[in-house]
Amino acid sequence: MTLSVNDVKRIADLAYIEINDSEATETLDQLSGIFNLIESMQAVDTTEVEPMSHAQNVFQRLREDEITETDQHALYQSIAPQVEADLYLVPQVIE
Amino acid sequence: MQWEIVIGLEVHAQLSTHSKIFSGASTAYGAPPNTQACVIDLALPGVLPVLNKGAVERAIKFGLAVGAKINSPSIFARKNYFYPDLPKGYQISQYELPVVQGGSIVIQADGVDKSIRLTRAHLEEDAGKSLHEDFHGMSGIDLNRAGTPLLEIVSEPDLRSSIEAVAYAKTLHALVRWIGICDGNMQEGSFRCDANVSVRPRGSDKLGTRCEIKNLNSFRFLERAIDYEARRQIETLEDGGTIRQETRLYDASKDETRTMRSKEDANDYRYFPDPDLLPLEISSGWIEQIQSTLPELPQARCNRYVTEFKLSAYDAGVLTSSRETADYFETTVKQLPTQAKLCANWIMGEINGQLNKDGIEINDCPISSAQLAALLTRISDGTISGKTAKTVFESMWNGELDKDADAVIAAKGLKQISDDSAIEKLVDEVLAANAQQVTDYRNGKEKAFNSLIGQIMKATQGKANPAQVNTILKKKLTG
Repeated sequence: MTLSVNDVKRIADLAYIEINDSEATETLDQLSGIFNLIESMQAVDTTEVEPMSHAQNVFQRLREDEITETDQHALYQSIAPQVEADLYLVPQVIE
Repeated sequence: MQWEIVIGLEVHAQLSTHSKIFSGASTAYGAPPNTQACVIDLALPGVLPVLNKGAVERAIKFGLAVGAKINSPSIFARKNYFYPDLPKGYQISQYELPVVQGGSIVIQADGVDKSIRLTRAHLEEDAGKSLHEDFHGMSGIDLNRAGTPLLEIVSEPDLRSSIEAVAYAKTLHALVRWIGICDGNMQEGSFRCDANVSVRPRGSDKLGTRCEIKNLNSFRFLERAIDYEARRQIETLEDGGTIRQETRLYDASKDETRTMRSKEDANDYRYFPDPDLLPLEISSGWIEQIQSTLPELPQARCNRYVTEFKLSAYDAGVLTSSRETADYFETTVKQLPTQAKLCANWIMGEINGQLNKDGIEINDCPISSAQLAALLTRISDGTISGKTAKTVFESMWNGELDKDADAVIAAKGLKQISDDSAIEKLVDEVLAANAQQVTDYRNGKEKAFNSLIGQIMKATQGKANPAQVNTILKKKLTG
């Protein structure tokens, strides 16, 4: 995949990042380097390799099914922007 | 053109754990808003989920009950979407390697057994609840339900009618309650169905474009929503239109489905393994231990009732519709081993009828299986007739005389007259008083016989043993 300076400027624009021409060129080099690395990795044949879901060979610890949390909603709601009738209020959402 | 309807169901069964799937908050239904939402459920910064062993156990139990493969390792994934009742911005679910893979369920539709394949069943957390009314242009969020453990059970598109879909949903509903992993309360949302519906020309082996109908919380709505949706798709196609893949809502008041949103594909959700949760390891020892706690399953019990108690497949099916009913039947029949059919009839008839009438479950049945058995014993030993037994049953149901059948029979003088000489005396009296009918019968009027029986039963207030009355009367008239 090849990026252009214009692509970089557009991504920066979308991300609300202010960037000048020389920074854009520098970023283009860095991003292209990352894409090249991805391309090299994709060239490796992984058909015989089992997908890994976690970097370490350890397993999930489980907790017993017990209620350990008490009602602290007043405390939690003290930092909420808006609360009414014990409900958190948010801008209206209707599908 | 002949059309074939193709349906697959996704069922969300709320698991009956005390605490949530990733936090120690309570899952009890109906608490005041947000009193059961802890820092993990609220997704405050820095908190980490810890998996509930009880939820995994229930998922494994289900997998074993449907003959599925239990995956180990099993992986949790983040399903990303934005909605205020999902504070993390993602739902912890499973994508690759769900706990339960494959398996099948046998359903009965139109008297025929059919095996429905399951694709998978995976663990996930529920979202909170949004309330859109009464908050001056704002929405209210209650996060009590956030983090409640769900088992999403996905079937293959093996169902071919709304009747089969309902049979499948009911069988699954009975099964999750039977093995004790879900209370099945549909009003409280513990068992919710989504239906994937498509149609195709009969004989085609290519699936049509499907629509998903969300949140069907009763079997009746499930049936009606599928019927409506299939009709809509067929009409659209016959008019030369095309079906758009989308999510639809069923509106019960109008009995129709309507577009909710265009359907997301899996990649819209940007699934990826949750780095906060390590792979779940399920050892064979753990599986064996859960297997040993699994009760005899409904299908097996149903078959056993047919062979062991010589019941019809229908009777066996009704009695094994819930584990409680089956247990009640078995404890009753244990006390009357030769009268299985009598026990079955009374439980399916009088007991079920009264339970329905009073709107209670068999667990709360006022008459215990021992008390019922005591009553049925008096039918089988000829002390009372089946008809009189219903009167006794009513008194027992109302709690009279400690629900003791013998005490009720004695107190009300309901004991059947089975003494031959007493009956003969009665028959003689009735014959003497009804000379005309005796002549009629002897002249070939069969009807007169029944009329005479009626007179005798009336004279004894129904207490005379009907079989004996019949024999003695016949003897007297012909003799």
